[in-house]
Amino acid sequence: MNVATDPKDAVHADMPGSSALNGAEVLMRVLQEQGVEVVFGYPGGAVLPIYDALFKQNSVRHILVRHEQAAVHAAEGYARSTGRVGVVLVTSGPGATNAVTGLVDALMDSVPIVCLTGQVPTHMIGNDAFQEADTTGITRPATKHNYLVKRPGDLARTLHEAFYVARSGRPGPVVIDLPKDIMVGPAPYASASSAPHRSYRPASEPARAAVAEAVAAMRRARRPLFYTGGGVINAGPAASEALCRLVRMTGFPCTSTLMGLGAYPTDDPLFVGMLGMHGTYEANLATHGCDLLINIGARFDDRVTGRLDAFSPGSTKIHVDIDPSSINKIVQVDIPVVGDAGRAIAMMIEEWENGRGSEREALAGWWRQIDAWRSIDSLGFKQDQAASAIIKPQHAIRRLHELALETGRDTFVTTEVGQHQMWAATHFQYRKPNRWMTSGGLGTMGYGLPAAVGVQVGHPDALVIDIAGEASTLMNIQELGTIAQYRLPVKLFILNNRYMGMVRQWQELLHGSRYSESYSEALPDFVRLAEAFHGTGMRATCMGELDDVIRAMLAHDGPVVADICVAQDENCYPMIPSGAAHNEMILGEAQAGQAAKITDEGLMLV
Amino acid sequence: MPRVEDQQIAAVISVLVENESGALARVIGLFSGRGYNIESLTVAPVEDGGARSRINIVTMGTPMVVEQIKALLYRLVPVHKVSDLTQLGPHVAREMALIKVVCTGEMRSEALRIADSFRARPVDTTVGSFVFELTGASEKIEAFIELMRPLGLVEISRTGVAAIARGTRTI
Ligand SMILES: Cc1cc2nc3c(=O)[nH]c(=O)nc-3n(C[C@H](O)[C@H](O)[C@H](O)COP(=O)(O)OP(=O)(O)OC[C@H]3O[C@@H](n4cnc5c(N)ncnc54)[C@H](O)[C@@H]3O)c2cc1C
Ligand SMILES: Cc1ncc(C[n+]2csc(CCOP(=O)(O)OP(=O)(O)O)c2C)c(N)n1
Ligand SMILES: [Mg+2]
Repeated sequence: MNVATDPKDAVHADMPGSSALNGAEVLMRVLQEQGVEVVFGYPGGAVLPIYDALFKQNSVRHILVRHEQAAVHAAEGYARSTGRVGVVLVTSGPGATNAVTGLVDALMDSVPIVCLTGQVPTHMIGNDAFQEADTTGITRPATKHNYLVKRPGDLARTLHEAFYVARSGRPGPVVIDLPKDIMVGPAPYASASSAPHRSYRPASEPARAAVAEAVAAMRRARRPLFYTGGGVINAGPAASEALCRLVRMTGFPCTSTLMGLGAYPTDDPLFVGMLGMHGTYEANLATHGCDLLINIGARFDDRVTGRLDAFSPGSTKIHVDIDPSSINKIVQVDIPVVGDAGRAIAMMIEEWENGRGSEREALAGWWRQIDAWRSIDSLGFKQDQAASAIIKPQHAIRRLHELALETGRDTFVTTEVGQHQMWAATHFQYRKPNRWMTSGGLGTMGYGLPAAVGVQVGHPDALVIDIAGEASTLMNIQELGTIAQYRLPVKLFILNNRYMGMVRQWQELLHGSRYSESYSEALPDFVRLAEAFHGTGMRATCMGELDDVIRAMLAHDGPVVADICVAQDENCYPMIPSGAAHNEMILGEAQAGQAAKITDEGLMLV
Repeated sequence: MPRVEDQQIAAVISVLVENESGALARVIGLFSGRGYNIESLTVAPVEDGGARSRINIVTMGTPMVVEQIKALLYRLVPVHKVSDLTQLGPHVAREMALIKVVCTGEMRSEALRIADSFRARPVDTTVGSFVFELTGASEKIEAFIELMRPLGLVEISRTGVAAIARGTRTI
């Protein structure tokens, strides 16, 4: 149905009880109907009608960020921590192009986002009009799907559809480009349709036969390993609970990718740590040596597999994934199970309960082997306990975890990208899903602070900490303004090693210690920076100050920037260099001696 | 000899898509963005009063890549159906070509003779030139082109492949 564009209708739209709405008001109604509580955005000419409609209602809250990239990361943090769709509103041209990094980030990490972009009026599209950009063209490879609304009659349906596409199947970002005339002119409202989508109908129910085959393989397995990923988090908290039941029921060891942390409690004895490039020794050797690899919601990323032809060479592989294009994309698997991780795990539990248990003796032997690997404590490091000693970043994170635990508060961690991110993944513990927000696939420096904004907006009473590096932090530092405006008590915990540490580490290991441009020169005074943004700044320069600073930070009810001055030369170990196999891991000084021996023995055993 | 997994296979894939702006760009972007090659691509509205289009793609890749291409195509929101005609069994794949030959004298009758044996029709004739219209499998068109080359071939325009399964099966 197309409504004639009559300016008189637009006037009526403001009158109470009038059924004629303009496009922007239709948009607001769709947001309400979709249950949207909050929109992260930044205004501009092309979206002024939307901001006007926003002003006239009070069911949808708007959080004004300080950069459009941050709007998307905030929406990602909100989405990943609440399980809802994150909504973004930005203007045309530079507003849309600034959002692109965030969109690709959400695409890579499968985060449901609806991003509304302003556009020049339909009759000016293609004229190189002021602040015109080919937003649908630019964002086509940056989104799961995108739309340009050209007719008022399509508006409501398209908006509802965008929410459906963003959250269903493998979630992802969806852009809707909204020309200004469509927002100003009248448009008909339509409720979300209950009819199935014309073409997009992702299957979420796994085939029973495939699950039965998987479970049969699990019963036979002598050296099984669960390899779980972000898909379990995407499947909702019930999927994580089911995963815990399944793992405990089978007694199999469980490892996780960076994106899956928290689905299974990381401090549980059956958890062998994260796998991959910076994963634990035991997780990687177990991956290498297992005879059955049970991948649930992970995508065989190159940070995980290392050299492909040496990846888990002797195992039968099960792969549960909702996206059929993830199956056999990188690693050929033996038992594909296409569907939702939560459903697949529930079905595995049913199947498992209907038969005999595991190969008990073989499993006990497998655990002895894993415990031997574990005993070298691959994440171990040497911390001098003297009050004047330099703080090791790993130690700072462990203390942060312990002291946060003491507060008894629900704690959410976001990170930036670099060494601190890997240490946050391995030295902080996650007992529940949706508590760990990081940029995995794109590895976007500057993700953590805006993501923390989104998390805190979604969980006003929770403890939200961005574990950051000093270089990454500066990429979206302007968000301290957002944090101040909305009085968000976000804690920015900077592990300041005065280096782009991850870059420095690669230069040390691969480029003869030529530290080309990786020193963090001319850093701001983070304490005064915090104060300039109406927050509280703190600094710890040595061991004697660390606990006090962490305690004071956790006790403070407003935003805090804690500048933790840490060892400058610490490396992130263990490490599987790019292109190496899992059993070619580099270990830290603390373990180097024993490792070689255990590797050889380990390889003989498995 | 290369392992089966590494062998390049040709695939003719038909895709039924919602006829909306950007649908073709999505399909093409999928190939260019991931470095898959398109040997031929055709598209035209076919169903629902023009609301759905059929895209026929001829591509080459290892069996794993071809599977990946199909899964990725199916993942696109406006895609209704994806069908791998090469894998599903016998199918017909045809294209049409317009071929311009500029020649005089002896060469003209030779060109006409060859055209006749290929059932290529001259659809435009001048004193010094022909435009032949030829329909058939791509190999037949290739063969015709090779024969025309020494006879003054100057320009080729091809439609790319349209394909359909034999028998009662549909997409
Ligand atoms: C500096 C740096 C270092 C890194 N080092 C490591 C490392 O050592 N180890 C590591 O693991 N990662 C590391 N990463 C992260 C890595 O790049 C990948 O982002 C990560 O490994 C991918 O996690 P995943 O396999 O769980 O997949 P995700 O990206 O989380 O994808 C989820 C998968 O599950 C599927 N899925 C989605 N929803 C569902 C559902 N409901 N049901 C079933 N399936 C679903 C999706 O289709 C997809 O295939 C690093 C990143 C950076 C920036
Ligand atoms: C936007 C962006 N640019 C560049 C990079 C490459 N990169 C990865 S880690 C890193 C250094 C991060 O330094 P810092 O934030 O101080 O963290 P550290 O490694 O020192 O803990 C860089 C430059 C990136 N991931 N993202
Ligand atoms: Mg640093």
